[in-house]
Amino acid sequence: MRLSLGKLTFPLYALLAFIYLLIPIVYTFAFSFNDSLKTNLIWRGFTFDKWTNVCQREGVCEAFGNSVLIGVVSTVAATALGTMIAIALVRYRFKFRRSINLLLFLPMATPEVVLGAGLASQFFNLGVQKGIGTIIVAHVMFCLSFVVVTVKARVASLDPVLEEAGKDLYANPRQVFWKITFPLLLPGIAAAALLSFALSFDDFIITNFNAGSEMTFPRYVYTAAARGVPAEANVIGSAVFIAAILIVLATQINGERKRRMLLKKH
Amino acid sequence: MAKEFIARGADLELKKIRKEFPGFTAIEELDLHVPAGEFFALLGPSGCGKTTTLRLVAGLETPTSGQIFIGGEDETETKPHERPVNTVFQSYALFPHMNVLENVAFGLRQRKIDEPLVKAKEALNLVQLAHLADRKPQQLSGGQQQRVALARALVNRPSLLLLDEPLGALDLKLRREMQIELKAIQMEVGLTFLHVTHDQEEAMDMADTVAVMNKGRIEQMGAPEALYDRPKTVFVSKFLGQSNLLVGEVESTSANSVSIEVAGNKISVPKTRAEKHTGKIAIGFRPEKATFTNKKPAASSSTNIIGPGEIIDIRFTGVSNQYLIEVPELGNITVFAQNIGKSPVTELGEKVWISWSVEHSFGLSDLPNTGEAA
Repeated sequence: MRLSLGKLTFPLYALLAFIYLLIPIVYTFAFSFNDSLKTNLIWRGFTFDKWTNVCQREGVCEAFGNSVLIGVVSTVAATALGTMIAIALVRYRFKFRRSINLLLFLPMATPEVVLGAGLASQFFNLGVQKGIGTIIVAHVMFCLSFVVVTVKARVASLDPVLEEAGKDLYANPRQVFWKITFPLLLPGIAAAALLSFALSFDDFIITNFNAGSEMTFPRYVYTAAARGVPAEANVIGSAVFIAAILIVLATQINGERKRRMLLKKH
Repeated sequence: MAKEFIARGADLELKKIRKEFPGFTAIEELDLHVPAGEFFALLGPSGCGKTTTLRLVAGLETPTSGQIFIGGEDETETKPHERPVNTVFQSYALFPHMNVLENVAFGLRQRKIDEPLVKAKEALNLVQLAHLADRKPQQLSGGQQQRVALARALVNRPSLLLLDEPLGALDLKLRREMQIELKAIQMEVGLTFLHVTHDQEEAMDMADTVAVMNKGRIEQMGAPEALYDRPKTVFVSKFLGQSNLLVGEVESTSANSVSIEVAGNKISVPKTRAEKHTGKIAIGFRPEKATFTNKKPAASSSTNIIGPGEIIDIRFTGVSNQYLIEVPELGNITVFAQNIGKSPVTELGEKVWISWSVEHSFGLSDLPNTGEAA
């Protein structure tokens, strides 16, 4: 008796943990099909209308579009800058290298309200008009650290002798970077970019301080929450979630395919 | 295509090369000339500066002072991608994101050579790996990767091919096979090979000329047979094969030999085979050149005799037995005897006299450190 209970403890615990984790997502997903009116709190019947006419609700799609734009631009900027910093930190020896390594963790450790408020007062002092531009600057700032940390691990595992082999085979420094270094760092860079985009897309606190009157998706949901979140927000939330799951699945399948191919020796 | 194979290698000349790294000097002062078309081996223990020398020639390091000439051109200041040199790296350094064929074609593509894939395929044929052209490097065995690395370098017809211990990671059997293959390819393509290794057998087996390197300097250079027959320093005599060394003051000199006396035994060396003719010198001989008997052989001016000593260890190594003989006041002497018949004495503890021809002795220019006199 005791034995079977002990055997059950772990699966039971795992099941409870998963239910706990998934309930909000399932709720969000389910209520994206709710035939709701102004609020989306009570189940009123099943409909695909919110999915097919997601832009009908005023402001939802504009906010979503802004968030995608901000996400893409700050991801590209943060990934490019972060990759260069990561390579420099691993490959070159220079003064204050260790201090820079340490400083990079600061934005990750500092509370977002403090960063957001600090940046907002900087923009105010400099007289910068708040808007999409200031949001992008803020997002690049906090994404940068995550990119550097992610790409650095990849650079550290890259054998410098591969780059030397490239030089030896008549590639100049630029060609060595694009034909050898970059393709080999790509998995790390892609992971960093996905992480940046995810961080940027759902950031609320720092964005709220530096957005002025610009709406982003998280801000829209926050504002709407006062009156009850519209089902259209659930639709977009669910869609983003599904997209993320698909990316993860695709990566897993691709990785498995590669692993099998490598196992197939001779 | 045949024309490209005729293209000969260039010669390499290093003039007064010195290389310092923060905290230590890797190369003191190096002068080296490798004639065109030669298989040249740089042999030395790890840390002797041989890999640094190779990297200097490839352009991956810059010398602190000195000059590098390849085919008469001063290449000291040029970048690695501008040098007519290719390297087979110790770890092979194949690009993991490209298949075998693309790896081999990389150098050709960089130089915008016509039909890179056709030529790459030909190079793979040369190393008998054309059937694996579509594989990724990670799917190949160590020996196959090594041959791809060789093809990737050879396909460019470099004036000079650098080999950085390329056989080090292979097992013994595969290593012997690759040695034969590598030598055959070098003869076929006629390029200059500069081969760095710490494996003396590998160096002697393949190279036309061997340079023994120690502590950032070249100790001795020559054909493998000459180096083995007549080492000039303690280091070379010990690193290239094994040696027994005897140290003593020169007691007498005749028209064509010098003699020392050690523990009551007169040991002679021909003058032409001795670096020093006066003072305290070290005379050596190879373990396989000596024999031992349990009766003292008749004294002769053409034979060196020491003994009696006691056999304290016998090792069976297949083709030969290795005997360790302790001679009072002299230390331990090693003698190899081929297993071609029953040896006269094979028991531990036997008293024996060791003898070898004066012609097989060699006189060194330096003395062993005390404690390793045997």
